[in-house]
Amino acid sequence: MPDLIIASVMTMMTAATPLVFAATGELICERSGVLNLGVEGMMLIGAVFGFATAAVTGNAPLGLLMAGVAGLLASLIFATLTLSLLSNQVATGLALTIFGTGLSALVGFDYVGETIDQIAAIHLPVLSDLPVVGRLLFGHDPLVYLSLGLLAAVAWFLSRSRWGMILRAVGDSDVSAHAIGYPVVLIRYAAVAFGGMMAGLGGGYLSLVYTPLWAENMAAGRGWIALALVVFASWRPERVLFGAILFGSITILQLNAQAAGLGIPAAFMSMLPYIATIVVLVLISRDAIKIRLNAPACLGRPFRAER
Amino acid sequence: MKYLVKLVVVMFAAVLSLGAISTASADKLKVGFIYIGPPGDHGWTYAHDQGRLMIDNMLGEHVETTYVEGVPEGPDAERAIAKLAETGHKLIFTTSFGYMEPTLKVAKRFPDVKFEHATGYKQADNVATYSARFYEGRYVQGQIAAKISKSGIIGYIASFPIPEVVRGINAFMLGAQSINPDMKVKVVWAYTWFDPPKEADAAKVLMDQGADIITQHTDSTAALQAAAARGIYAFGQASDMIQFAPDTQLTAILDDWGPYYVKRTVDVLMGTWSSGDTWNGMGPGMVGMAPFTNMPSDIAMMARETAESIRTGAFHPFTGPIYNQAGELVVAAGEVAPDFPMLATMNFYVQGVDDKLPE
Amino acid sequence: MLRLEPRSTQSFAAAWLSPVMALVLTAITGGVIFLAMGKDPSTALYIYFVEPLTTTSGLSEVAVKAGPLILIGIGLSFGFRAGVWNIGAEGQYIAGAIAGGGLAVYFHDSESTLLLPAMLVLGTLGGMTWAAVPALLKTRFNANEILVSLMLVYVAELLLVHLVQGPWRNPQGWGFPGTRMFPDVAIMPLLFAGKRAHLGTLITLAIPFIAWFILARTRFGFTVRVFGSAPLAARHAGVHSHRMIWRSLLIGGGFAGLAGVIEATGTIGQLMPDISPGYGFTAIIVAFLGRLHPAGVLLAGIAIAVTYIGGEGAQISAGLPKAVTGLFQGIILFYLLAFDLFTRYRIIVSSRTTE
Repeated sequence: MPDLIIASVMTMMTAATPLVFAATGELICERSGVLNLGVEGMMLIGAVFGFATAAVTGNAPLGLLMAGVAGLLASLIFATLTLSLLSNQVATGLALTIFGTGLSALVGFDYVGETIDQIAAIHLPVLSDLPVVGRLLFGHDPLVYLSLGLLAAVAWFLSRSRWGMILRAVGDSDVSAHAIGYPVVLIRYAAVAFGGMMAGLGGGYLSLVYTPLWAENMAAGRGWIALALVVFASWRPERVLFGAILFGSITILQLNAQAAGLGIPAAFMSMLPYIATIVVLVLISRDAIKIRLNAPACLGRPFRAER
Repeated sequence: MKYLVKLVVVMFAAVLSLGAISTASADKLKVGFIYIGPPGDHGWTYAHDQGRLMIDNMLGEHVETTYVEGVPEGPDAERAIAKLAETGHKLIFTTSFGYMEPTLKVAKRFPDVKFEHATGYKQADNVATYSARFYEGRYVQGQIAAKISKSGIIGYIASFPIPEVVRGINAFMLGAQSINPDMKVKVVWAYTWFDPPKEADAAKVLMDQGADIITQHTDSTAALQAAAARGIYAFGQASDMIQFAPDTQLTAILDDWGPYYVKRTVDVLMGTWSSGDTWNGMGPGMVGMAPFTNMPSDIAMMARETAESIRTGAFHPFTGPIYNQAGELVVAAGEVAPDFPMLATMNFYVQGVDDKLPE
Repeated sequence: MLRLEPRSTQSFAAAWLSPVMALVLTAITGGVIFLAMGKDPSTALYIYFVEPLTTTSGLSEVAVKAGPLILIGIGLSFGFRAGVWNIGAEGQYIAGAIAGGGLAVYFHDSESTLLLPAMLVLGTLGGMTWAAVPALLKTRFNANEILVSLMLVYVAELLLVHLVQGPWRNPQGWGFPGTRMFPDVAIMPLLFAGKRAHLGTLITLAIPFIAWFILARTRFGFTVRVFGSAPLAARHAGVHSHRMIWRSLLIGGGFAGLAGVIEATGTIGQLMPDISPGYGFTAIIVAFLGRLHPAGVLLAGIAIAVTYIGGEGAQISAGLPKAVTGLFQGIILFYLLAFDLFTRYRIIVSSRTTE
């Protein structure tokens, strides 16, 4: 039984990791006041370019880098449209997802059925062999640690650094941030680009680690779940981790319950992650004042410098 | 079967050279395909596309093939099928169950076009149906799994609770029980045909729960690769997936539609096409097995023997006594389960499957 | 130095010119893509944009495809104007199909002509019920309606799967998922023999005109417009935001539900797991492309439908993969959104930097 628990926790961590990447990026983006609904599209673009690079060069870490770069470039299309050309953020984000789905399928055409060398789990000589905690703490693949590290960095950045404060100011009141003299649009460009890079990395994780293959539409809705996680976490990094693990674990738990033959109709079990998200959302949103503490006031609103 | 097809093609060519049919290159027969997924899924659609390419290869001088990919079942299907008929395709293969009603509707509007619907059960004068007895391969896989498994637990990733999938689970279970009556099969319903990360999740969960062999009725290679990452054995699905997991794949069930597609195309060319229902298995070559790899030679030998006796018709996987989960005898000893209604509409588990069939 | 200045009045020329410019640029970009793929650009563009409109069956198919997009898009545009972000229309569409279609499953041997109208009503109510959940949770618990409505899409999909392979499964259907075929009285009559356009198509195409009337001529339309442009002012004027949230979601959900049941009774004739090719999501884009205006939504729905049908034609006659259609739609949307700028702002060229 302890083996089953440890194994399940390991599986949950890998299920949570792409969500941690994408949601952490989107969190920064939204904290700056920009709502980018194109996460799914950027993940797919990251996944395909990451995989293609790894397939061509045989170098999976390079593939991961390219996944981040590709996601970043895709997000710059969104940034140009919404920040410079002031288009509607909701519509532009949806368009980015459609574009990303199509582009990734087209680029990936020649890579379907290719194989690559997966980025494997690390193994530290003594530490990974410790009973119980060895695997739980030291037995994941390197990207799990990278995602957690980036999340911690983002948490520090937002709460402790000067630029983090400025980013929040831009998201809370673009007009006053502009009046003080901060380059609102430029900061938002940077935030969107970071979000794109992280979504790309999340996609890269899917195609390089999770399932080392490229398949059309392989993100299969995880970008949308990442979006849900940000609000779910009420824009706080530490809660993103909690949410990602919760979501990953409900998915894994319902599969586990099925495999254990508990006899609950599988269609209802499959609904659980979504219903759980709604329930938790209700629980954390009830206190309107608390949620407003963290919600970026300017989310989704276009900003145009008056003078 | 491939030799048979070649024979048919050669005969066809002979008839042509006698001038019985004139086919100027300008009026090639156009054959259309409707696919549910991308041809590159390495599963279901890939197998159908291989069949299409076989037509191109063998009859390319007289036939031109076209496909429409990623056509969702539902309101769009009828339009895509009709579009093929309108653009002069005289033989149209619709390769997913959900195309059944749209195919029949379009067929009514285009009486001079021949339609072939995969896995369906409703025919018309110009609509034939065809399907493959994949369960034959599942039985062989069950035997191999029972021989190799040490934990006695097999993980089975199922897609949707339809007769074909249930039949596969049962055949697998019967095969496993024929070696070891205490084998357990754990089933997880993924409710998808194709979602690689979810298929990988399902495989991992099954392995977490002690399964040391993974088999799947979903289309991607993800489950096989997840098994490879943990160093346990698994089976490929729909096509030979050995390149994805050279040290993991034991064998794979191969969907070999090509011979049927070539034959039906020739039938149309020669004017001998007629409607009907085809349900072929290993015998006529619609179902094949990838090489038996990563296993001791005695197990491979056993698998080959079983496959051979199924191929020749000496043995049927659903031979009694078969009990359902409630312990009731559903097929008496020595009897063979009838195609209709039992096999075709199968909606019960045989004894020993560790799951409750979704209602 | 370029500078943007908001237009005080809408420019008619800009409103028409910007989509035209977007189309021209799309054609150029598309041409380059096709050229890169080794296809003749002019042929490919013709297949995509013109061919679907050249035959009667093509026109009928465009109308059939555009119908649900327009219907849902119109419903959503009410909410979007008021700043209520319902992106779960896909779930409301499915809920509508379930509620309305369920009636035909239950009365499968009915010969009553009342069945079809009753299904339409129930379908609308089904969509409204599904949308009422985010409305309730938003007004009562402040839960974000974007997420609640989105999560409910997946719940609706799974509920449909459960119903059509469980309690509602066709007993003569060999165990395959799907209900019985609806009785004839529950099928939308066809408008022309041999074409798929049906009575429901006519309904969906008429809706924009009704919506335009409501928006332009009724008190409710006025509050929607005011609320969207200045929520604070609207609140001062006594428009209650909770009521606005409820109305927006119920209208959006009702229209989506109606679209769902029209599709089930029009083009499918039964309930099955895949009753929507993503209409609920595509309609969000249609609503924005149409600038949330009924006439715009009508045109945008038709335009998107043309690219879908053209995309299929391109697969058949030019061998272009489906992925190109997605890429192409993305590019069109980008250009349209970019050129939208000119309808709202004027570009001022000034010689000195503004400081």
